[in-house]
Amino acid sequence: MPAFLLALWQGLAGAGLLPAAVLPSPALVLATLIAMAQSGEMAQAIGATASRLAWGFVLGATTGTVLGGLCGASPLARRMLDPLVQSLRSVPSLAWVPLFILWLGIFEASKITLVAVGVFFPVYLNLLGGIANVDRKLLEVGQVHGFSRLRRLLRIQLPAALPAYVLGLRGGLGLGWMFVAAAELLGAANGLGFILDDGEQTGRPERVLAALLLFGICGKLTDTIMAALGRHLVAWQDTARA
Amino acid sequence: MPYALDITDLEKSYGESRVLGPINLHLTPGTITAIIGRSGCGKTTLLRCLGGLETPTSGGIKVGDGNVRQRDIGYVFQEPRLMPWLSVAKNTAFGLKGIKRQARDEAVAEALKLVGLTEAAGLLPKQLSGGMAQRVALARALAPRPALILLDEPFSALDPFTREQMQDHLLHLHGYYGATMVMITHDMDEALALAQRVIVLNGAPGKVIGDFTPDLPRPAARTSMAFFNWKRRITEVLSDRPAHRLSA
Repeated sequence: MPAFLLALWQGLAGAGLLPAAVLPSPALVLATLIAMAQSGEMAQAIGATASRLAWGFVLGATTGTVLGGLCGASPLARRMLDPLVQSLRSVPSLAWVPLFILWLGIFEASKITLVAVGVFFPVYLNLLGGIANVDRKLLEVGQVHGFSRLRRLLRIQLPAALPAYVLGLRGGLGLGWMFVAAAELLGAANGLGFILDDGEQTGRPERVLAALLLFGICGKLTDTIMAALGRHLVAWQDTARA
Repeated sequence: MPYALDITDLEKSYGESRVLGPINLHLTPGTITAIIGRSGCGKTTLLRCLGGLETPTSGGIKVGDGNVRQRDIGYVFQEPRLMPWLSVAKNTAFGLKGIKRQARDEAVAEALKLVGLTEAAGLLPKQLSGGMAQRVALARALAPRPALILLDEPFSALDPFTREQMQDHLLHLHGYYGATMVMITHDMDEALALAQRVIVLNGAPGKVIGDFTPDLPRPAARTSMAFFNWKRRITEVLSDRPAHRLSA
């Protein structure tokens, strides 16, 4: 199906039915990609975006893990912190941008923080839910063996929460890509989001499409890696493979 | 050293509703006692109270000299409840703590050998059949060498053939360990084949309505006349009507 659509797209563009200023041909997009690769612009842009994503992911995932773990393990911490976190979650993430720019400036720190906000919530929610909603029947096994709360957390709740946590990390990474694109569109001197913005400003849709394609490929690649790592970590799960 | 078990005026209520008791029982160390009764008569609640999973509303439970640690009590649930992320060997070692690695490995190896699962030590729970998983649950309860083992309908989910195999395993294990065992069951044959004492619980709230010490050899021959007669006597108490009318 993708090959058919690509051929149709190329055919329509070749026949002059699609204005190049609106939707350039796949061949032109490919040529743009090759030129970007040869000039080093592609590597530089992917490097810049990936670096922001990586830092934001580490920051968001770490904070989400610590707070999610704390609120999952301690009902007291959950009562004190979770309502606040949930209310912050209802703020549209992009609405933080002005505050981040005011606090952190327009350079890297505000972009990384925005990505971290995107990554934080899925990680936090999944880990908290995973720990707090562990099957009572498994907890009772710890109880009949006289486990302390700490031992119960380490031996039962955390391992049982691992599938939900992995899902949260994967979801967080997906949102991280979304937020890094938004952060770069709002003002960056490099990165894939900058190419998107530059393509729009200079009226070169082939650059916009090339950047979109690179976002798609990079996002899919990191998701595949994360999914493979996740499968390895929770290989014990008795799940149906579709 | 197997524990004696003393239950005195034990009652359990949920809110205003009393589901169990008063129960008074003394169980002799080293024996297998089966508790039998209809669904909803409080059998599992009683066992959960004995295992520390429920707190009795009133009354007392004294295990051994009353100074027993939780780890000295083994508990086998109706379902295996294995940790899906741990291998068979690690599931078996789950309740072992505060002992050296070598002693732990030996205890695991011995428990797995007793339930006939030495070869399966490296498998994950998802790779086990229902019977194998329940044997691992039994090995997990046995590995700390508890002086009291509580079993909550441990074989009810198994097919009849596997169930009989597991019952043989249990008798073998009891002969080896000599622990005091209390087993909840729905199955009269299972109760008579395994237990030296059969306690019948019934009513709401659940109370002891029968207490039998069948003088059958163990393992009891299930087709013998003595076995049949005991079964009839217990059925009579449980059904609250004469056995001849049941068979009519």
